[in-house]
Amino acid sequence: MGNKQTIFTDEQEPYCSLLCRLHGRFHELAPHLVPMDYTDDPDVKIPLTLIVNMPELKENPFRNRIVESFSEDGLGNLSFNDFVDMFSVLSEMAPRELKAIYAFKIYDFNVDNYICKEDLEKTLNKLTKEELTPEEVNLVCEKAIEEADLDGDSKLSFADFENMISRAPDFLRYRTLVTEIIDMWSQA
Amino acid sequence: MDNVDGAFLSRRVVAVNNPLLDQLPSYQTLLYRRKSSGSSSTKRRRVSRGRYGSTSSGGGTQDVRGKCAYGRTQDGPSRSTTEHRLARELPLNMAEKRRHKLQLYRDLSGWKQWRSSAGHYLKRMREEGSVVFSSMQLWRTDIHLIEGMFGTGILSYFSFLRFLVLLNFMMFLLIFSFVILPVIVAKRTLFLTVYVFVCMCSEIECSVYPPRSRQGLVVFHQYITDLLSGTGFLEQTYLFYGSYMVESIQFPSFSYSVPIAYLLCTIAYLLLSLLWIVKRYSSVCSVCVSDSFCNKIFAAWDCCITNENAARLKHKSLLYELKTDLEEERIRQKIAERSRQEKCRIYTLRFTLNLFVICVLAACFYAIYIATIFSQQIQAQVKCTCASQQYTFIVALIFEYLPSIVITMANFITPIIFTIIISFEDYSPAFEIRFTLLRCVFMRLASIGVLLFSLWSQIRCPETDCPCGYNKKLYPCWETHVGQEMYKLLIFDFLIIGAVTLFVEFPRKILVNHCDYALVKWLGQQEFAIPHNVLEIIYGQTICWIGAFYCPLLPAINTIKYYLVFYIKKVTLVNNCRPASRPFRASSSTFFFLAVLLIGLVLATVPIIVMSNTHTHTLSTGYCAHYSEHDSVSNTHTHTHTHTHTLSTGYCAHYSNTHTHTHTLSTGYCAHYSEHDSVSNTHTLSTVYCAHYSEHDSVSNTHTHTHTHTHTHTHTHRVLATVPIIVSMTQ
Repeated sequence: MGNKQTIFTDEQEPYCSLLCRLHGRFHELAPHLVPMDYTDDPDVKIPLTLIVNMPELKENPFRNRIVESFSEDGLGNLSFNDFVDMFSVLSEMAPRELKAIYAFKIYDFNVDNYICKEDLEKTLNKLTKEELTPEEVNLVCEKAIEEADLDGDSKLSFADFENMISRAPDFLRYRTLVTEIIDMWSQA
Repeated sequence: MDNVDGAFLSRRVVAVNNPLLDQLPSYQTLLYRRKSSGSSSTKRRRVSRGRYGSTSSGGGTQDVRGKCAYGRTQDGPSRSTTEHRLARELPLNMAEKRRHKLQLYRDLSGWKQWRSSAGHYLKRMREEGSVVFSSMQLWRTDIHLIEGMFGTGILSYFSFLRFLVLLNFMMFLLIFSFVILPVIVAKRTLFLTVYVFVCMCSEIECSVYPPRSRQGLVVFHQYITDLLSGTGFLEQTYLFYGSYMVESIQFPSFSYSVPIAYLLCTIAYLLLSLLWIVKRYSSVCSVCVSDSFCNKIFAAWDCCITNENAARLKHKSLLYELKTDLEEERIRQKIAERSRQEKCRIYTLRFTLNLFVICVLAACFYAIYIATIFSQQIQAQVKCTCASQQYTFIVALIFEYLPSIVITMANFITPIIFTIIISFEDYSPAFEIRFTLLRCVFMRLASIGVLLFSLWSQIRCPETDCPCGYNKKLYPCWETHVGQEMYKLLIFDFLIIGAVTLFVEFPRKILVNHCDYALVKWLGQQEFAIPHNVLEIIYGQTICWIGAFYCPLLPAINTIKYYLVFYIKKVTLVNNCRPASRPFRASSSTFFFLAVLLIGLVLATVPIIVMSNTHTHTLSTGYCAHYSEHDSVSNTHTHTHTHTHTLSTGYCAHYSNTHTHTHTLSTGYCAHYSEHDSVSNTHTLSTVYCAHYSEHDSVSNTHTHTHTHTHTHTHTHRVLATVPIIVSMTQ
């Protein structure tokens, strides 16, 4: 059996092919960086600039923040594990609470564990490509905080955020091949 | 590393003790690795993700971390203790997890084993069933395409249309299997079909239903007129109520009463429609979006967009939505700040404008009423071939369709008027849209009501004499006539949809693409107006519900109509329309449209109830004849009840063709009975015959009227499947 360092086992798992496909996507982002052989546990990370060019992420206004939230160093350099994590959370099968955790991370631009007004303004500007006037942005942010802030500190903590997002329909949802992978975990 | 620490800190504070994070693949890998290999510095980096409570990137020993990990596995308070979760969180590879699960399974008792495996199996079945079902849905690929190209607003229209196609098809299946099929089967086989007829001398005229098929040389275009207006040869088909003359069908073990089946079918399909609409309402409700700013910011972006154009459109639509909401907010503030003087002014303005709207509506209704009366009079003139003027084919058709034309024109003009008026009334934009729609809805549904009312005013008794309870002279069979009017409305609606697409939308597109005039550019390309299209199909559906009672094949026609409308609308959408510049709130509007559909359904049941309860049922056709008196009378009817049965039309026509030997008598009874005689010898009829055969001269010339037979009618009629009919004929 040897040194099982990765999630690639040599058993007859149908999921192996799916993980191989995912690794194939990872590999094609940076063929010169990513090895095909993981037996000696290489420490390979793909930089942010390469990942945000993936077709699934290219048009998403929050792509930078998404990749940064899943990276260990917070700068957006993803190892393969982080890569799989990212698509697991973004897929359809991930539980809502898990998505809420990562959504909070994504919208928290200054990483202070609260979504404050500046974070909201940045979010809004990314969404509307800065076509709202500053007064309008201000008004919308104020109304949003008014709606969601439960503890009255004029910024949103994770609890406020989770409470508010529970009333929303599906968010952060990608339909990728990773659904089968998550299915695999859920049947284990 | 401060940055990293900060990241860890945030992760820790947010995510500590969260069992969900343990489901991430990387965490599983981590635990697996820790379990299977020793510590090494390279792993520390990955391990110290802050999940285990360590704050530094390099501190702690492997064992401590290991203990923490497993400790957490065991005594986290929020851990669930089902087998699945435990298995999922253990750091094993797939095969070992399976073995672990199998082990747990074997530990269970037999009953629990069966239960858990049955639960698994059911869950799998349900998932696969839902996959199969969703792949089998009608028009799945088309609708996906439309959703991708035009968004969820227009998708809601097409899925609404699909829902109505299925509903109509179900209605048709219901009616077909319980009413039409038995009648067809009965006619073709040797089942004993019983016709009940009785007449009283004084009611001779009421029982007469002169033949409606055209005599003599029929000009070709008259067939087209017949096809388009449901007269002539169509009256003898299964299309209309009047030709259902079978009373009951005797099967070997029981007797199937067709009239009751007919009534129950009506109730059944109305109930089916109601239940299906409510079910759809609740399923739509489950995905309802709360309209808050927060949702617009955090949950608005559709992550599946990969196309640059689509992304641009989404940005624009989000921008528009936010701007609309801000506008609403501003107007709300403005309204709150209004002075009393301004309020007075606004309210008087609104009052006058509403009066104006009511006047417009009244004028339209009056126009519909006049058009209907006029059309009925012209039709009566045409029927009575003694009319001095003969209209040409086209003109006659226009007169027949006059009510439909007026209704369509009214429904076309009034929305424009309403849109102009509402801009003066100073409401908030969302309310403006809703209120205009409400007025349009009212217009559409009330116009059908006015049509029915004017028909009723024609059909009911004229002041002078009224032996049969309704205006027999003009309408030998009024139910068929109402059915014909509904049929005409339906056909005309479909023709208008096709004509508008062909003659307005395509030319407009060609004009906009090739013409450079400023006016044309200002007009711009067509946008798919969802509310008005939806109101159009709701209107069609209401007509179908009302008309289905009098014209049982109307749901089938409606199914075909909506099927074709789908393709027409799809073609015009793809070729002529540009994507909506304003976002359409699909979910809240879907409620609105389902609510309007429900109103249409309620509206449709009212005429049916009213008409089935009045005793002016056609005494000479169909089923109401039987039941008008029977329901209130007990089982043993002697021949004092006044119901009579159609003697001519329909059946007689049939029989005259098939039973030549029976035509020494006139139509009607003897013809029927000759058929029955061949079927069963015991089938005899005794009725009180009067001289009503004298009316049937037009059908058969050998009408000798030597019917000296006095039939004594002993007739115990089946009421609600209690006593079988015994009819005996003595000659």
